Amino acid sequence: MKKTAEKTAGNTAKKSLKPGSLPYIWQYIRHNIGAMCGLIFLAGMVILTILSPYIMKYDYITIDFTARFALPSLEHPFGCDQYGRDILSRILYGARYTLSIGILCTAFAAIFGIILGAIAGYFGGIVDSAIMRFLDIFQAFPQLLMAMTLVAILGTGLDKCILALGISGIPGYARMTRANILNIRNSEYIEASVSIKCSTFRILRKHIIPNVLSPLIISMAMGIASSGLAAASLSFIGLGIQSPLPEWGAMLAEARDYMRQYPHMILFPGIFIVLTVLSFNLIGDALRDALDPKLRE
Amino acid sequence: MLKYIVKRLLIMIPILLAVAILIFTLMALVPGDPARLALGDSPTITEEMLESVRAQMGLDKPFLVRLGIYLRDIFLHFDFGTSYSTGVAVTKELASRFPNTLLLAVLCIVLMLGLGVPAGIRAAVKANTAEDRLSMLITLIGNSMPNFWLALLLVLLFSLKLGWLPAVGAKSFKYFILPALSGGLGGVASIARQTRASMLEVIRSDYVTTARAKGLSESKVIFTHALPNALIPVITITAQQFSFMLGGIAVIESIFSIPGIGNFLITSISARDYPCVQGCVIYIAFAFSIMMLLTDLIYAFVDPRIKSQYFGSKGKKVKRG
Repeated sequence: MKKTAEKTAGNTAKKSLKPGSLPYIWQYIRHNIGAMCGLIFLAGMVILTILSPYIMKYDYITIDFTARFALPSLEHPFGCDQYGRDILSRILYGARYTLSIGILCTAFAAIFGIILGAIAGYFGGIVDSAIMRFLDIFQAFPQLLMAMTLVAILGTGLDKCILALGISGIPGYARMTRANILNIRNSEYIEASVSIKCSTFRILRKHIIPNVLSPLIISMAMGIASSGLAAASLSFIGLGIQSPLPEWGAMLAEARDYMRQYPHMILFPGIFIVLTVLSFNLIGDALRDALDPKLRE
Repeated sequence: MLKYIVKRLLIMIPILLAVAILIFTLMALVPGDPARLALGDSPTITEEMLESVRAQMGLDKPFLVRLGIYLRDIFLHFDFGTSYSTGVAVTKELASRFPNTLLLAVLCIVLMLGLGVPAGIRAAVKANTAEDRLSMLITLIGNSMPNFWLALLLVLLFSLKLGWLPAVGAKSFKYFILPALSGGLGGVASIARQTRASMLEVIRSDYVTTARAKGLSESKVIFTHALPNALIPVITITAQQFSFMLGGIAVIESIFSIPGIGNFLITSISARDYPCVQGCVIYIAFAFSIMMLLTDLIYAFVDPRIKSQYFGSKGKKVKRG
């Protein structure tokens, strides 16, 4: 009963807000348990990652041979690795890699992808063909394999990992932007704006950008999740962040040799990857519900 | 129809050509001397030895000449060069690895469809119940799980603790069970979600209401009227996943030491074996383009609306729900 009351309250609030505006989206997310859990987890993660050098008893790099392979205990909640380094401290430090790679390479891919797609979609003709044929070449590769090939050319490391994953994400955003723009450009409301002599700038700002943006925002939220996963995969096979830096994928690669005797070493980094990626996916799902009018029930 | 296929095949030629030029150029820009890589790290190597290897590899020629020779070899003689580290022809290496990758990809797809489609249908039929929410949460977790971590957990349980299945190698079918599970379960999740979403859309449509109004049984409504129409987007995802996998589920192949294409790419990158990396890249682009073409053809056969575009309005009528 209480739930229904809350829901009704939420619905009335939604009605009074402008669809697509930030308060409107927030209204949706606030009533979505999954997305809220995701937000809280990510916020907690960010705060802990920033504070970890000050609040953690152990450093992520301090070696302590007396604590080698220590099982989880009060002293070391997630145990220790083969050099006696505290796994919890390493995970908290490693979060900065997963989060920053996920966000930065999605931003990189989205910015360049949207610009290319927008140019192709808006101008059409030969510009469109040139851009899209060029992207066709990249389209012939799965993202992870393309990132691996780019790593072969660029080399390993944090900046190169971001660049490789970012470049491999560009075609997806470009295609999506172009398809949306083409769809909208041929719609009746654009024809109407043109017929009443709206300026190109006004049409872009008032009609095209807001309508193109919502699907892009959704796929960016999901994109952070998938690039985080891809980054972990790259590091796991030794082509991303290299150990001893505590990137979660690299930690798993190191832990692999000892997993028979000390399964806790592969358990915790993996759980944190799943929770982080899941949080972004949950937020992405909620954003889609909030922004896509077709899915609104 | 034939005209369409030929046209698509012809479009593939410039794309593959561009891929070959691009990868060759990029690889040529990478710092490092291939001759030194081919000879290995030994203090006894003299400058003369390096020179002779360079001449043997054709590296003393200008870039454009090398590019021309490379393209001619690939497209006219189907020769991708030889591996720096093993000296075996890249084509041979790729051909020997392809069956393993293909088997793994097929197994993963069977698993995805076998579990994902029924799970999606069930969730759609029971939409907005506790069961639906639970299964969607599980699929979301499945989607968020890195496949290599799942692989490690499965190896830990089934190989190291229980000893039921082998952890590395590709000697028999048994060796492919764990890799297929770890590579396919993430896909099960995305197929289930897609099936659910498109089923929900179809279930609300008028012809399903009509079918129900005729008094058909619920299972008949779902399986003969709703499902065939809901499966079209699922086909796209399946084909996409399959073409990704033909490029090798690199990480999984590497964990289970399966000699497949993805594993080959990883080892070639780590060994800086450029002819092999180039060969893998061109192969992946080729496999991907062929799969995309097949997808479009399957589409045409499944969806009468698309089919009629090829055959015209006189196309065979396909019975629809």
